Amino acid sequence: MDSIVQFENVGLRYGTDTETLSDISFTLFPGRFYFLTGASGAGKTSLLRLLFLAQRPSRGLIKLFGTDAVTLPREELPALRRRIGVVFQDFRLVPHLSAFDNIALPLRVAGVSERELQQPVAEMLDWVGIGDRASARPATLSGGEQQRVAIARAVISRPEILVADEPTGNVDPDMALRLLRLFEALNKLGTTVVVATHDLHLLSKVKDAQMMHLDKGHISDPTGALRYPPRPDDARRVR
Amino acid sequence: MAFLTLPSVQDRGLIPEGRLTGPMPWVIAIMMFLTILAAAAGLSVRASADRVNADLAGRATVQVVEANPDLRAEQAGAAVEALSKIQLVEKVEPVSEADVEEMLAPWIGSDGLDDTIPIPALIDLDLNGPATEANLDEIRDLLADIAPAARVDAHGSWLKPVFNLLKSLQYLALGLVLLLAFATSATVLLAARSALDTHRETIDIMHLLGATDGQITRLFQRRIALDAGFGGAIGIVAALMVLFFIAVQMGEIGSGLLESGLLRWHDWAILALIPIGGIVLAMLTARVTIMRALRKML
Repeated sequence: MDSIVQFENVGLRYGTDTETLSDISFTLFPGRFYFLTGASGAGKTSLLRLLFLAQRPSRGLIKLFGTDAVTLPREELPALRRRIGVVFQDFRLVPHLSAFDNIALPLRVAGVSERELQQPVAEMLDWVGIGDRASARPATLSGGEQQRVAIARAVISRPEILVADEPTGNVDPDMALRLLRLFEALNKLGTTVVVATHDLHLLSKVKDAQMMHLDKGHISDPTGALRYPPRPDDARRVR
Repeated sequence: MAFLTLPSVQDRGLIPEGRLTGPMPWVIAIMMFLTILAAAAGLSVRASADRVNADLAGRATVQVVEANPDLRAEQAGAAVEALSKIQLVEKVEPVSEADVEEMLAPWIGSDGLDDTIPIPALIDLDLNGPATEANLDEIRDLLADIAPAARVDAHGSWLKPVFNLLKSLQYLALGLVLLLAFATSATVLLAARSALDTHRETIDIMHLLGATDGQITRLFQRRIALDAGFGGAIGIVAALMVLFFIAVQMGEIGSGLLESGLLRWHDWAILALIPIGGIVLAMLTARVTIMRALRKML
């Protein structure tokens, strides 16, 4: 099977500090569900930023959809980014736009007409359970509602990869499970899902999910094939 | 002209609808007002120079500078006769002694000319063509034998210092227009940078959602175009009111020189194009500024 993401000896350094990420190598395959775990400060967000092209690595090779994303001219990055949905840890909703307009943003960027985007956005609002909050601005939404808007915005354009940074960090356990079910549903439609979390309980909730563990900038599972709870075979792979 | 493209209707809400910076439309209005006045002054001077030049273009004067009155009269008569026969000269009009006395009255008094003061005989010429050096030389050659005391000068040559002054004033006006255009660009540049800083978070999000630099730039261009359009409209209305007021006053004075400076229809067309040029300049400045800033981001 062709990989959808490939990292080879990737390193990331901010300024002259020591490397935040070192020798990161892993491969992700289409249609799989991956968890990225690790303690706070382990480098999960930095790794995800490389994955959704918010940053270029200091060294190493990153291939997305078979394209070398490290040397790709910046003019060609938007086309690649449109194939990736991102749920940011801090949501990053546009404050002056309503929930509806925030969710519609990726479609508008992609040039979808106003008439064509009405129905999918309305359906997405219902899907994440905030259909009655369509015209509310982010400042008037609760943390959980903002999170759901962020998730809806990430998946509205049916990305090939969904990257979520601590997507359940601001919601109660019931809502966390509901959001996870949303990701699973999307995964079943063929989207590769990568969820960064420090909540190990989530891992057991998704059948056949695989796990990558980050520890102080190093990845513990170069194959990205660990499961939680680990099987006897998996345990041997962890360095 | 791709830089003039504006965002689609649905994209317009991505940047807040408020003005980019509060005073920018008013600053642009002041710039436009001053630019239009400076341009109007330059165009008025040019119109005046063109009209005077057109009046003098085909005219020349022959002076017979001879102290002996008999000889002077003889040479003047011969010159008139010879000049009347050539095709280059359309009209020959000797200036009467009375007219010369009237012209000199401010300097020598109104008692008439004393025979002891040698006054040249004057002949006005209307030429069939411009009073170029070549044409004047042809006349000089013709008169060399029959009126050796004759001097031939184009009317325009007397006004050369005035034309030089008018030319300098035109360059001054053009310089002011360019200076104001530069100041307008600088204002837009600062406003665009300020807007970029204000909306950096939104820009980052749009980039990560796959928006291109062109899409983001068009959003800012639209806001700049609206501000520049608003400022331009106010600037031109104010400037036209001032120009109309001045034109009325010039007409009331009734001076030929002042009236020669009245703007022609194509001058008004140029003035009307200035706000449009201002909007295009503002959009271009905004585009270059924002594109450069975006290229520094990933």
